[in-house]
Amino acid sequence: MDIIKTNQLTRKFDDFTAVDDISFSVKKGEIFGFLGPNGAGKTTTIKMLTTLLYPTSGSASIAGHDIIKERNDVRQNIGVVFQEPALDIELSGKENLDYHARMYNIPREKRKERIKDVLQLVDLENKQDTFVKFYSGGMKRRLEIARGLMHSPVVLFLDEPTLGLDAQTRRAIWQYIRKMNKEEQTTIFLTTHYMDEADYLCDRIGIIDHGKILVMDSVSNLKTSVGNDLITLSSTNMGDLIKRLEKESWIKKLKNQDNFLTLYVEKGDEKIPLIIEIAQKLSIKIKSISVRKPTLDDVFLSYTGRTIRENNGKVNPKDMIHPRFHRG
Amino acid sequence: MKTFDLQAIYVMWLRQMKHFVRSKSRLVTSIIQPLFFLFILGSGFRTISMPGLEVDYLYFLSPGIITMAILFSSMFTGISVLWDKQFGFLQEVLVAPISRISIIVGRTLGGATTALFQGFIILIIIAVLGVPFSSVIGILSAIAFMVLIAFTAVGFGLIIASKMQDFQGFPLIMNLVIMPLLFLSSAFFPVGSQSTLQTIAFFNPFFYMVDGLRGSLIGKNNVLLPQIDIAIVIVICIIMIGLGSYFFNKSEV
Ligand SMILES: Nc1ncnc2c1ncn2[C@@H]1O[C@H](COP(=O)(O)OP(=O)(O)OP(=O)(O)O)[C@@H](O)[C@H]1O
Ligand SMILES: [Mg+2]
Repeated sequence: MDIIKTNQLTRKFDDFTAVDDISFSVKKGEIFGFLGPNGAGKTTTIKMLTTLLYPTSGSASIAGHDIIKERNDVRQNIGVVFQEPALDIELSGKENLDYHARMYNIPREKRKERIKDVLQLVDLENKQDTFVKFYSGGMKRRLEIARGLMHSPVVLFLDEPTLGLDAQTRRAIWQYIRKMNKEEQTTIFLTTHYMDEADYLCDRIGIIDHGKILVMDSVSNLKTSVGNDLITLSSTNMGDLIKRLEKESWIKKLKNQDNFLTLYVEKGDEKIPLIIEIAQKLSIKIKSISVRKPTLDDVFLSYTGRTIRENNGKVNPKDMIHPRFHRG
Repeated sequence: MKTFDLQAIYVMWLRQMKHFVRSKSRLVTSIIQPLFFLFILGSGFRTISMPGLEVDYLYFLSPGIITMAILFSSMFTGISVLWDKQFGFLQEVLVAPISRISIIVGRTLGGATTALFQGFIILIIIAVLGVPFSSVIGILSAIAFMVLIAFTAVGFGLIIASKMQDFQGFPLIMNLVIMPLLFLSSAFFPVGSQSTLQTIAFFNPFFYMVDGLRGSLIGKNNVLLPQIDIAIVIVICIIMIGLGSYFFNKSEV
């Protein structure tokens, strides 16, 4: 059964299209991830699916409920951890959790129990009575995640859940997300910049850029789609070597970046001698060469033509006109 | 989902209470400011003779000051939705499975509670200063006016908050809309004597609040009967709360 289903979902801000005609579906119990650079349209998509923004055109449904016509039913079924802080800083951490639990109608006994559980999970028990305005950025983030995990929604949306957290906390949260997904059959939709996070958590991934989904598949399929093996090498006279290698049909794809040549091939081990042989015939000296399995980084590079890190820091001009609130 | 979710209303109300009690500066200014107006205006204008004044100026001024205090305080509650917008908390509330109407009701009740708290403090101070209240029924009617004023102003604040993205437009609305309306509402000086001012006042929603409160509380110097005032204020209140809810419902985050 499709828990999330979108059909040509589009959102424009004035004449700028942030989400452009996307259609996809997520099955019950799946962990689905959106991977994309800044400004790709991830948050805008989540905001539409969680009834905070109206789509300009297209439609979507959550657990069978239309996001425009049945907003209340949609809200009944979802939990959200936003990318930007969404806490009441004048309240204590515990009060934030308590109010959340009340809004989600969790009965009193269960409320206490859950608050204790999630505070322990994110290691904030000592800070529970401190006003949130005195929390550090990471502590706020942890509190938000704790809050998102408190009630057990059918679908949980996580917008860059572990942004800015330390490795240890990230691990703990990943494990909790997985556990929730397994034990309670929670469908999870997350967005992330982190390849390792996507790799570890997601069953399926959609790569999104400029508001469009470029590709969508399981992590392992995505990796094999770029080639079973990657050969990275550096050499003298790289230009000549590239010209020569481009004629070889067993090379699926060839990329030159930062003076390293990357070849997408099958059975990489067996191709190394071949490459060395070709190079020797051209009297080119191979300085280094290695074979590895593709990572999500390579997948991302292959579909967008950039690594995800190159994008960070680049800002859409719209963002400069409209300075948005940032995590402190 | 129930249309009125009591738990949600309670949470929204409780949150307003906690904010109010914890914000010491708000607590203090909300009481000091009206007293300032009362004493400075009261003692300054007491000696000059104003056309149309039928009672001691301090008595005349008191209902105006109560109206002003409740208006400002309630409007602040409505507009504080903007804070929630900027600090992102509004998103958390808006995705929760609670009806928008209970969010609005909770918030309105919270705003009204704090505003009435201030209103009553001023009322007590005025009583201590020796302002003669008309009758018990008059006082009850005054309380009804205070409640209506509070609800109306929260509704108005909600409209502003739903239409604005940040606080930049707020001083503009304060200085170009609220203050002039307040000055022309007979809160600080009688408008009954000059006919043009009186005609203008009839188009001013604040006029009916001040006039009604004055008619109820001291029973003097009011232009219309409190019964007429209250009917008009109820209509204004329904319109404001209705529009506030409508815009809040439609607003995106
Ligand atoms: N309220 C808005 N008004 C105008 N433009 C907006 C608004 N919200 C988002 N945008 C624009 O839409 C585009 C997509 O934004 P979105 O927040 O969805 O990106 P994202 O993929 O979540 O990026 P990030 O990884 O930085 O969080 C951006 O170019 C942004 O400037
Ligand atoms: Mg985002």
